[in-house]
Amino acid sequence: MDRRKSIKTLLIGGVATSMLVDACAPGDKKTEDQKPSAGTDAAAAGSMNRMQEELDYMKKLQAEPVFFTPHEMATITVLADIIIPKDDVSGSATDAKVPDFIEFIVKDMPEHQTPLRGGLRWLDMESFKRFDKAFVDLNHDQQIQIVEDIAYPEIEYTENGKTVKRGKVKPGMQPGVTFFSLMRDLTATGFYTTEIGFKDVGYVGNMPNQWNGVPADVLKQYNLAYTEKELKECVSFDKV
Amino acid sequence: MGDLQVKKQQKQYDAIIVGSGAGGGMAAWVLAGAGLKVCLLEAGPDFDPKKDSNQLKNPWESPRRGASTKFRPFGDFDGCYWGWDIDGEPYTHVGDTKWEWWRARMVGGRTNHWGRISLRFGPKDFKRKSIDGLGDDWPIGYEDIKPYYDKIDKLLGVFGTNEGLENDPDGIFLPPPKPRLHELFIKKAGNSINIPVIPSRLSILTKPIPLPGGGDRNCIFCGQCGRSCKFYGDFSSSSVLVHPAVRTGNVDLVTNAMAREILTNNEGLATGVSYVNKEDMQEYQVSGRTVVLAASACESARLLLNSKSARHPNGLANSSDAVGRYLHDSTGADMGGIIPELVDRKRYNEDGVGGMHVYTPWWLDNKKLDFPRGYHIEYGGGFGMPVYGFNWGVEEINGRFQVKGKQKQPGGYGISLKEDYRYFFGAHVGMAGRGEAIARKDNRCEIDPSVVDKYGIPVLRFDTKHSEYEIKQAKHMKETFAEILHAMGAVVTWGGDDNEKNNYGLHNPGNIIHEAGTVRMGNDPKTSALNKYAQAHDCKNVFCVDGGPFVSQADKNITWTILALSMRTSEYIIDEMKKRNI
Repeated sequence: MDRRKSIKTLLIGGVATSMLVDACAPGDKKTEDQKPSAGTDAAAAGSMNRMQEELDYMKKLQAEPVFFTPHEMATITVLADIIIPKDDVSGSATDAKVPDFIEFIVKDMPEHQTPLRGGLRWLDMESFKRFDKAFVDLNHDQQIQIVEDIAYPEIEYTENGKTVKRGKVKPGMQPGVTFFSLMRDLTATGFYTTEIGFKDVGYVGNMPNQWNGVPADVLKQYNLAYTEKELKECVSFDKV
Repeated sequence: MGDLQVKKQQKQYDAIIVGSGAGGGMAAWVLAGAGLKVCLLEAGPDFDPKKDSNQLKNPWESPRRGASTKFRPFGDFDGCYWGWDIDGEPYTHVGDTKWEWWRARMVGGRTNHWGRISLRFGPKDFKRKSIDGLGDDWPIGYEDIKPYYDKIDKLLGVFGTNEGLENDPDGIFLPPPKPRLHELFIKKAGNSINIPVIPSRLSILTKPIPLPGGGDRNCIFCGQCGRSCKFYGDFSSSSVLVHPAVRTGNVDLVTNAMAREILTNNEGLATGVSYVNKEDMQEYQVSGRTVVLAASACESARLLLNSKSARHPNGLANSSDAVGRYLHDSTGADMGGIIPELVDRKRYNEDGVGGMHVYTPWWLDNKKLDFPRGYHIEYGGGFGMPVYGFNWGVEEINGRFQVKGKQKQPGGYGISLKEDYRYFFGAHVGMAGRGEAIARKDNRCEIDPSVVDKYGIPVLRFDTKHSEYEIKQAKHMKETFAEILHAMGAVVTWGGDDNEKNNYGLHNPGNIIHEAGTVRMGNDPKTSALNKYAQAHDCKNVFCVDGGPFVSQADKNITWTILALSMRTSEYIIDEMKKRNI
C-alpha cells in the first residue's frame, strides 16, 4: 500500500491520527513559528530540564523515522479507542493523543517494538482467518468479537491459603492476550498522563498549596479522627 | 596526544573538596564560612533547583510521561542526573556479586532527589559490637555527634516529633504534617499489633526557615521533593549549602571536573588533586593545604586506591588495607496491596510533603530474634500523580476485587475498564523495610586491574555477598508487612510471593543507595583508614566526609549523619589549621 493511498484509506475510515494529519497538513503557521527548529537543544528539551547527554539522546530519537506503518498506526488507533472509548466522564484515547505517545515510546523503549509489531500482525492474521479482512477493515462487532477473546488474561493469586485462578484464554489465543495486555497498559498510561486523563481519574494535585490534613467529611466517612496529640504537634494552616 | 597537556593552577587553596553532595556541600559551607579558600570539584554540571528542577511539570510535558531512562532511572522528572549506569564509566563485579552502584553527576549529587529521611543515629548505633559482638564499635559515641545534629537540625531544617525513644533520639524539629488517609489506616493498624507508627522525620520545611547566608525557603506541599525544589523547601546540598557557600566568595566551584588522583609530596602529604575537565578533556592540577574527599563512599575509596606513590604503595591512607572494605548498604524488602475500604474515594489534593508523613522506627529487641540488627519501615500510598506505568497490570486488581459489588474478569476494555481505573485510584498502600546490614571485611570494592573508564581512570570492581543475617531480616520484614496489611484490612497484591528461593525479596546490595563503610574511621590505624575526626591515619591533611567513614550504618538513612560528621570534621580542620597542625 503506498503512503498516499493508506492515508486516504484512514481518512475515509474516519480514523485519522493526529500524528499523520500533522505530518501531512501544512499545519498552523502560528504554532510552527513558535516551535524551536528541529534538531536544536531547545526542541529536544521542550519544557523539561535536560542534561546535555539527554538532549543528544532526544535529538537522536526525534530524527528517527516514524516506526509504525500507517496501517499499523491505524490499527493501534482503533484498538486504543476500543480500550479507552469516550464515555460520560471523558474523551477517548485518540482525544488524548495516545497513538502519538505509543509511536514515541517504542522509539524510547525499543523493547516494545517487536511485541507490538508482532502482535499487530497476529491480530490481522486472526482477523483474516475469521473474516478475511484486516482488523481495521472489520466492522465494530467483528472487532469486538476478536477483542473479547484476547482481553482477559489469566491471573492467579493466593487468598486465605488457597490458589485462585481467574480469566479465560481460549486455546491459541495467548499471543493475542499478551499483545492486548501491553496495548491496554500503554493506552491507559498514555491516556491518564494527559489533562483529559487527570480530569477523568480525578487527580487534583501538582500545585502549590498547604496540607491541612484529611478533610473533615472524609475523616467522618471512615470513622477516623486526628488525636489530640496529632492536632497539637502537627502543622496546621488557617486558610487552605 | 600532541594537544594534551597538564594545566597547573597557580592558586593555592586551603582546602580542595572532591564532590558536592551532602558531605562536600557541608564542608564547603563550614570552611568557606571560616574564611578559608576552597576549591570544590564536582564531576557533573552545575545544578540549581530554582531554575533547573522539573517540579510542578505535568506528565504530558515529558514525551515518555515521566518514565525512567538510564540518565534518570527514577523517572524523567527526577532531580538526579545519572544513576546505575553512566556512559563511559563502567564498573565490574567479581563472581556472582550483584552490587548495584548509583552515581550522581551534578552539583548537589544525590541530595537533589533523596527521600529527605533525616534520622539521627542513636547511642546504640555507635556501639554495636559491644552489644552483639559483630562488626566494630565507632571511635565516637552519640554524645560526640549530638551537638552537630542539633546544629544541622537548625541550619537545614527537619520536621518530626520528640518521642523520647532510646535509640531514635529527639531533635530540634519543625512540626510534622498531619497523616494522610491511608497513613491513618496504617497508624491504626500498627497500634492494634504493637508496632509503633510515628510522624516521619524529613528535612522539609513545614515552617519557613532562612537559607544559610540569607534568602527564602518554603514548602509548597506538592509532594515532589524527588524532583528537587524550586522553593528550596527541602534540603538539597545544591540549594542549601553549595550555592550559599559559593556566594561567600570563598569557594571556586569547578564543575565537570572528574577527579583522577590525589597528589602527594615526598613526605607523603597531599599537595592537591588532579582531574580531567570533561568539557575540554584536558588534564588539570589544583593545589591545596588539605584534601577533603566527599565523592561518595565508593568514589572516595576509588580515588584513594588510585593515588599510589612510593610513600603510599597500597593507595593513599591505606596502609591498613581497610580502604574499599566493609562496604555495606541498607537492606531492603517491600510489599504492597489494596485497601478495599478505600476504593471509590472522594478526591482531594493529598500530595502533602515529598514522601511519607508517618514511619515506623525499629521497635524490637534483636536479642530475641534470629538476626542481629533492626530496620525501619517507610510507607506509601494515596492519590499519586499519574505517570508512566500508571494503571499498568490492571488485570491483577480488577480480576481480583469486586467493582461496585460486581466481580469482573481480569483486564477488559472499554467503558467498564475506565470505571475500574477510577474505582481503584487512591486505594493502594505500600511499605518498604530499610535495615542495617553487617559491615564485613570481605565485602569490598577494589581497583579492577584491567579496566579503565573513558578518562583512563582505573575503575572499581565489586565483591560482596549477603549473609544469613540480612536474609533473615528480610524474612522478618515480609512477615511484619503482611501482618500490618492484614491488620488494616488490606489485601497483598505485590511482594507477597517472595520466599527462601529469592532471599525473601531482599534487594541486591547497593540498590537502596545507602552505601557506606569503605573508608572507615577507628582508633587503630591497623584496621581503619581514618581517625575519629575522619582524618587519614597515614596522611594528616586528607579527610573523608561522605559515607566512607561509617563504621556501621544503623537502621537509619545515613545522610543526616554524613552532614553532622562533615560539619564536625570541617570544624576540626579549621581548628587544626589555626593550631598549625596541618
